[in-house]
Amino acid sequence: MAYSEKVIDHYNKPRNVGSFGKGDENVGTGLVGAPECGDVMKLQIKVEDEIIVDAKFKTFGCGSAIASSSLVTEWVKGKTLDEAMTIRNVDIVEELSLPPVKIHCSVLAEDAIKTAISDYKEKHEQPEQAVATA
Amino acid sequence: MKTPIYLDNHATTSVDPRVLEAMLPFFSETFGNAASRNHAFGWAAEEGVEEARAQIAAIVGAGAKEVVFTSGATESDNLALVGVAEFYKDKGNHIITAPTEHKAILDTCHMLEQRGYEITYLDLDQHGSIDLDQLAQAITDKTILVSLMAANNEIGTIHPLKEIGRITRERGVLFHTDATQGVGHMDIDVEEMNIDLASYTAHKIYGPKGCGALYVRRRKPRTRLTPIIHGGGHERGLRSGTLNVPGIIGFGKACEIMQAEGVAGREHLLYLRDRLHQGITHEIGEVYLNGHPTERHPGNLNLSFAYVEGESLLMGISDIAVSSGSACTSASLEPSYVLRSLGVGVELAHSSIRFGVGRFNTEEEIDFVIKRMVEVVSRLREMSPLYELAQDGVDISKIQWNQH
Repeated sequence: MAYSEKVIDHYNKPRNVGSFGKGDENVGTGLVGAPECGDVMKLQIKVEDEIIVDAKFKTFGCGSAIASSSLVTEWVKGKTLDEAMTIRNVDIVEELSLPPVKIHCSVLAEDAIKTAISDYKEKHEQPEQAVATA
Repeated sequence: MKTPIYLDNHATTSVDPRVLEAMLPFFSETFGNAASRNHAFGWAAEEGVEEARAQIAAIVGAGAKEVVFTSGATESDNLALVGVAEFYKDKGNHIITAPTEHKAILDTCHMLEQRGYEITYLDLDQHGSIDLDQLAQAITDKTILVSLMAANNEIGTIHPLKEIGRITRERGVLFHTDATQGVGHMDIDVEEMNIDLASYTAHKIYGPKGCGALYVRRRKPRTRLTPIIHGGGHERGLRSGTLNVPGIIGFGKACEIMQAEGVAGREHLLYLRDRLHQGITHEIGEVYLNGHPTERHPGNLNLSFAYVEGESLLMGISDIAVSSGSACTSASLEPSYVLRSLGVGVELAHSSIRFGVGRFNTEEEIDFVIKRMVEVVSRLREMSPLYELAQDGVDISKIQWNQH
């Protein structure tokens, strides 16, 4: 199957590969997909004052899955959490010219960023809840 | 050394220059129809075909009159299964095979099931080997045919043909083997192994595409078939249609070379295959061999690279032509049914690569491939969340994944 130039570029030079400490206060982690399905993405964001200042990913999956997650780490940097929540899989499909059989890769990438944001929010809601119930 | 390097010799092989040379005159000066009985053009073509028929028969220890030409192994498999099923339908309606057979067998069996035939699929162990006792027990008074391949096209596992043939002969059941990958790469003797039908094709042994053969035993017992293609009554009525004369000439030459190179040819493959296997596993860990460790096709190496997905691996080695056990490249996202039927975990099936070493591969090419594989697998593992989890001591199988 022929890959688009952008997919090949992300595959050859993936942006922001790596990990932040999972336990860090200002880090949100999204681990989505399943090995049985042939795709697992881990996407992490580092947040300061509701703004995503850095992002990292690791992906087990085909070239399109690697490209989708690499692209999303670029897109979220500098965005507020609310802005990042508006990233849709169709934007990824369009940017990378993904064929129909690879749309699930973009869905997974959207899922990864949303999961990372909720993980971050959960970390920060817990102390408040603790206060409220005290 | 030229790239891309071809290591997909189970898919097809390049035509040996000696084969091509033998074929060429049969496109031009000796272009006659082998069925033309009344002029010199026809006689010359027929003479060439009959010489080739003897060479093609000899590679499986058969007589020339026992070879029926077809368009390829898929047609041979169809003719064997459907032909036997149809001819022997008054004797029984039961066929025994295995889930790792080629689709040409499995899909034909599914079609027969719809027509009311009963198919038994034997269990396989982790290496893709059958249990001979289970085979013997599966035979009933309704069984007409056992079809088991010689060497598997994905994992290379070789079935014990001689032992299978002993059982089928004892029980009075016909034995068909899809010898497409096995022929020339392992010992196949239809007499010694009691094989009644065998499918094979030219293009897996350095001959041209579009030319196959079905060996059909002539006596003890005489094996009968109902034809599936009708017309001019060629091939003793078993397969009508003008013979592919240049293809058959090439097939004959390919068989002759294969036999002449014999053990030396196999040793060349074995040497390169083992060098590739050892070279890779020496450099990187958690690489698993699929298929039988010893009873396997000499050119076959099927490896699973844990924590790395097959398609991304193929993308990283675009200068090497191999095949992935993960069918992500097609419309279906299912990993290889062959690996799945051996109980290989889905994630390892997604991580598998089939290397098919052939006659024209060199040591230099193998060393290049080792280096590339180590490079790309290491790079992708650095990028793999599964590898990271495993390094942290997490048992991946215990994680609750949210499947899509």
